[in-house]
Amino acid sequence: MSDAASTAFVRTQEARSLPAPLTVRGAPAWLKENLFSTPMSGLLTLGSILLILWIVPDIVRYLFIDAVWSAPDGAACRAPGTGACWAYVARKFSFFMYGSYPRDEVWRVDLTLVLGAALVVWLLVPRIPRKALGSLLFFVVYPVVAFVLLRGVAGVLPVVETNLWGGVFVSLLVATVGIVVSLPLGIVLALGRRSKLPFVKFVCVVFIEFVRGVPLITVLFMANTMLPLFVPQQWTPDRLLRPLIGISLFAAAYMAETVRGGLQAMPKGQFEGAMALGLGYWQMMRLIILPQALTTVIPGIVNSFISLFKDTTLVAIVGIFDFLRAVDTARLDPVWAGPTISTTGYVFAAIFYWVFCFTMSRYSQMLERKLSAGRRR
Amino acid sequence: MAADALIKTTPVTNDIAVDLVGVNKWYGDFHVLRDVNLTVKRGEKIVICGPSGSGKSTTIRCINRLEEYQKGRIVVDGIELTNDLKRIDEIRRDVGMVFQHFNLFPHLTVLENLTLAPIWVRKTPQKDAEEIAMHYLKRVKIPEQANKYPGQLSGGQQQRVAIARSLCMAPKIMMFDEPTSALDPEMVKEVLDTMVQLAHDGMTMLCVTHEMGFARQVADRVVFMDRGEVVEINTPEAFFTNPQHERTRLFLGQILH
Repeated sequence: MSDAASTAFVRTQEARSLPAPLTVRGAPAWLKENLFSTPMSGLLTLGSILLILWIVPDIVRYLFIDAVWSAPDGAACRAPGTGACWAYVARKFSFFMYGSYPRDEVWRVDLTLVLGAALVVWLLVPRIPRKALGSLLFFVVYPVVAFVLLRGVAGVLPVVETNLWGGVFVSLLVATVGIVVSLPLGIVLALGRRSKLPFVKFVCVVFIEFVRGVPLITVLFMANTMLPLFVPQQWTPDRLLRPLIGISLFAAAYMAETVRGGLQAMPKGQFEGAMALGLGYWQMMRLIILPQALTTVIPGIVNSFISLFKDTTLVAIVGIFDFLRAVDTARLDPVWAGPTISTTGYVFAAIFYWVFCFTMSRYSQMLERKLSAGRRR
Repeated sequence: MAADALIKTTPVTNDIAVDLVGVNKWYGDFHVLRDVNLTVKRGEKIVICGPSGSGKSTTIRCINRLEEYQKGRIVVDGIELTNDLKRIDEIRRDVGMVFQHFNLFPHLTVLENLTLAPIWVRKTPQKDAEEIAMHYLKRVKIPEQANKYPGQLSGGQQQRVAIARSLCMAPKIMMFDEPTSALDPEMVKEVLDTMVQLAHDGMTMLCVTHEMGFARQVADRVVFMDRGEVVEINTPEAFFTNPQHERTRLFLGQILH
């Protein structure tokens, strides 16, 4: 036998593809990979399981098994050993939703919410076409429609003053206005802060640093007491409009810094590539820089939205009757007074805020995946 | 010829594409461009070479105002470069530029990269812009990549897309800033071939490159820069076989083994 015969190799038969062994597929492999990959990980898994066994049954018992689902008043909920009093939430539901909005007129709020939700879905679900028309309707037509519906116009719809507004719909209103105003305003401030024009830059820096330097509550107080001083008496902004302005400006300052982070991360070559093609500043920003910069900072933007959404509860400080305030007021009703009433109300509020924030978070993750697909390797 | 190039032709005549007169630039105290003079005729192909930091990239970046300069005069296609933004944009529309790192827009497809400027800057209808784009994609031999994103292409393909993108604006002058320096060796040729083809079509070209084969093949004149000044301008023939300045000889000795 020569040396060549022992080192050379020529395949004569194709190697067959065999089923994978159990160590790399199926449930045992998954368990080992995810839960028991190291002794430490195994300990943590066991610890977590014990923790869940210890906590979850009590929660389930309180929220579901021992809960009172329907009752005419608080008597059933006062019985010892009962859990959450969902009957109370059901009874107070319209108060939680609309505050003191006249009961005969709440269809207007419902209609506004349904229209708004439909438009938001139109804008946010990528598969639905004609986003331009959707944006026009949402950003231009909808605010007018919402104003007419919610507040009313003398002669057409009875006017409902804002001091009767309250509950979930006010929370959603404040959050929506805050989000819709703060993003574009934040972008403008971020661009302004990077501007070569000294005056523009100065104004933006002063605004951002001032607003970020004071607590939101201070901004709300200032908006409430100082805004009326800046305008003639007959133009005094509505008591709900003042915190809306305050919260929008506050959120915009944070948004500006988030967006600026995205702008800083853009490679210089993108600016130069755009400029060399003869694009003007605004074209370059709109077509090249912002689409990329904003995609990079989606997590930050959604983070701002989520904290803005929860910060809306602070408008209660300046007398706005938001959802949390409604929950807080409803629990004082003597008809329902009982040991579980307050907890039930707050749990309900927590679930409400969590559902909205978690939805935003999941949506942003979906958007990130979609926008990064097909791009950079 | 070298002497001709250094003598200043003051009036702007129609056959001059780019005229740099006594251009000086400082970064703080550092004098990066020192009295740069260069006149490029229509259809002329200029290769600018020199060691790194010699100011060659900076020089061509001054021509489309990606860099500012403090002293001197630059006239592009009869338009004098000033601080007037309108004028700068006017010049940028007529001067194509290809970068070392391509600078394609990663969030747009290849076709969108090519049609963007014609649509928004030249106001070309989308359909016409796409037709022009496909024409140039065929010329750089990658029409089948039109609907991919730049990140899905090889470096050589990306650079050819970048060349096509500039050509879609129908520029009168093309500038190349080390177009092959960031490429893997096996991809240099496909880009150079595209540039040679462009040169044969009569395009006015200014190329900053270390590809001496390319310089020999297409350049009308080779400009050698060192320490921010133009040291020697000559025909490729004379430049490579009989360099006049000592620094040129030193440089050529270092890069041609």
